[in-house]
Amino acid sequence: MTPAIELSHVSKVYRRYSGKQFATLKSALLQRSILRELQPNETFPALADVSFSVRRGSTYGVIGRNGSGKSTALKLVAGITKPTEGTVRVDGRISALIELGAGFHPEISGRENVYINGIMLGLSKRQIQERFDEIVDFAELREFIDAPVKTYSSGMYMRLGFAVAIHVDPDVLLVDEVLAVGDEGFTHKCLDKFAEFRRRNKTILLVTHSLNLVERFCDEALWLDGGRAMTHGDPKRVVGAYLTAVEHSEEQQLAETTARAVEDAAVPEPQGQPVDPTSNMFQATEGRWGSREVEIVEVALVGSDGQPSHVFHNGDTMAIRVMVRARQAVDDFVFGIGLFNAEGVCCYGTNTYLEELMPERLAGDGEVTFAIDSLDLVEGTYKLDVAVHKRDGFPYDYHRLLYTFRVKSRIHDVGIYRPRHQWKFSPNVRFK
Amino acid sequence: MFSNLASLLRYRGLISSLVARELKARYRGSVFGFLWSFINPLLLLLIYSFVFTTVMPNTTEGVQPYQLFMFCGILPWTWFSSSLSEAANSLISGGNLIKKVLFPAEVLPIVNVLTNMVHFFLGLPILIAFLIVYQHYPRPDNLLWFPVAVIVQLVFTVALALLLAALAVHFRDIKDILSNVLTLWFFATPIIYPWFQPSVQKFHLFFDINPFTHLAVTYQEALFFNRGPLGHWKWLLAMGLLSIVLFLLCYWVFDRLRDSFAEAV
Repeated sequence: MTPAIELSHVSKVYRRYSGKQFATLKSALLQRSILRELQPNETFPALADVSFSVRRGSTYGVIGRNGSGKSTALKLVAGITKPTEGTVRVDGRISALIELGAGFHPEISGRENVYINGIMLGLSKRQIQERFDEIVDFAELREFIDAPVKTYSSGMYMRLGFAVAIHVDPDVLLVDEVLAVGDEGFTHKCLDKFAEFRRRNKTILLVTHSLNLVERFCDEALWLDGGRAMTHGDPKRVVGAYLTAVEHSEEQQLAETTARAVEDAAVPEPQGQPVDPTSNMFQATEGRWGSREVEIVEVALVGSDGQPSHVFHNGDTMAIRVMVRARQAVDDFVFGIGLFNAEGVCCYGTNTYLEELMPERLAGDGEVTFAIDSLDLVEGTYKLDVAVHKRDGFPYDYHRLLYTFRVKSRIHDVGIYRPRHQWKFSPNVRFK
Repeated sequence: MFSNLASLLRYRGLISSLVARELKARYRGSVFGFLWSFINPLLLLLIYSFVFTTVMPNTTEGVQPYQLFMFCGILPWTWFSSSLSEAANSLISGGNLIKKVLFPAEVLPIVNVLTNMVHFFLGLPILIAFLIVYQHYPRPDNLLWFPVAVIVQLVFTVALALLLAALAVHFRDIKDILSNVLTLWFFATPIIYPWFQPSVQKFHLFFDINPFTHLAVTYQEALFFNRGPLGHWKWLLAMGLLSIVLFLLCYWVFDRLRDSFAEAV
């Protein structure tokens, strides 16, 4: 059986024209550059040598970051743009849910727009007449169908667009991230409609950021990154590979932000004006202050593998490793840690003094480790305070919110922290 | 190119419903609604009547009443010039369709030309009413040339509309250049002055190479002058041939640039 969609070695290069915004006919004529102006002089590869094929009757998911070429791939399949190289072959009638209600005219009624949009999408007048009631009921717009479309809310507009496009009854349905248009109820209706499509052996190509949807709904998935096909096949495996890569790049990004924050904070305070080191004790923004008699030289978050990291999974071990250097020996020192979530709420704070460790002597270089056996936090981004100060609060070196890390979790629970817990049930309460 | 040209026929339904939509949407929300299609030319004609009979009376012999003579040229000119200025903008304002839907781009400028043609037809009853009021009847045999002129103008206008629409995607200032060119073109065409005026005859070569001269003169002969059989038909037919060649040429350019629309709009 021939596949419903087949892309073989497809590349798409977008052309940028020189000074596109300012290119004028006059200047083109004056400089006799009219032909040159129409030649691309800068290119941007949106897709590079991508091949995949979609079996008839299957649902195929395309995932990837923003700008990875997903929408370009969809437009190529839809025939809106042509590939620079390679071939795109589609078997059967296509309906593309790329931009809903793209052809609606705001001044005329929903009813008239349904007709014209339907004709644009390739239906005949009679076919639309037959499906009209179904379309209007699907869009839940019975009372408003004779009002001009400009009076519709964006949700109504999208629903009507979706309803028309889905009732074109295509063999191949292309969907670009449009399930976000309606409320929960409408989304369910759309998913039901997709399920019905599958039962009728129609092909669906789905571009989405909802990995959940891909795992649950697709028979196969493709992961695009930077215009290249990274991997394709079983949706669970593809989504897993994608998530790992996202984590990796988040890790890099967090490392960069942290490095930048520490670097910015290291700028010495302006000379000449004596600053009360305790004055900004409670400032909410990131920063660094203190007398630096004891200096925090480096802070590293170390995962279970002993490597510094910025992305952790809930339940991992995490060690906050602080390298300190005392310029002169001191006998009054307290090490402190503060943990804040993205909203700035302090999730936890402690220091050696609170935990009744009496300082004796600190000289030269040293290493302090705050080891967490199990990171019982909910998913999110967290920031760290790391400080060394005197018992009365006089700061030697205070790093406020300079270190960022991310906690990932398969469970999307909420709150500030996750207490260690277990659900227990009596035998008559049963789960699958 | 020719297969695309053939598929244009398949879009009849789409084109006609889009034209109907444009006409409906145009006056939506106004009190007089569709009546504006009649009121606009009526007011224009009344203004010209006032100007040329009261403010600066024109007594050129053989072209009386002057405002009706002018009107015979102005109506088709309005169709021509509005079509072109709307078409030049059509792909840009229809960007959503071009970028997000598989949509035959040439439909958009064609819809503009046809919508304005309908407005042209709606202006004709006003002209006819005034011809009756002034008891100035054209010759029936000359009237037969009127539909020919309309067809020639249609082909000619569609050709230019396609070309301008395609080029305007890449050169946005075509719109502004166009409005000035159209003003110049209007005055360079014997519309508000008769072509047999000696000053026009002196530069007849210049007027002969202006395609719209032949359309305007044909309309004036068919609708206004009634002294003899239509004398301009050879020019009109030549102009018809030229329009067909021009149409094929412009469609070819449009087709060549087609793939760039989705990216450049």
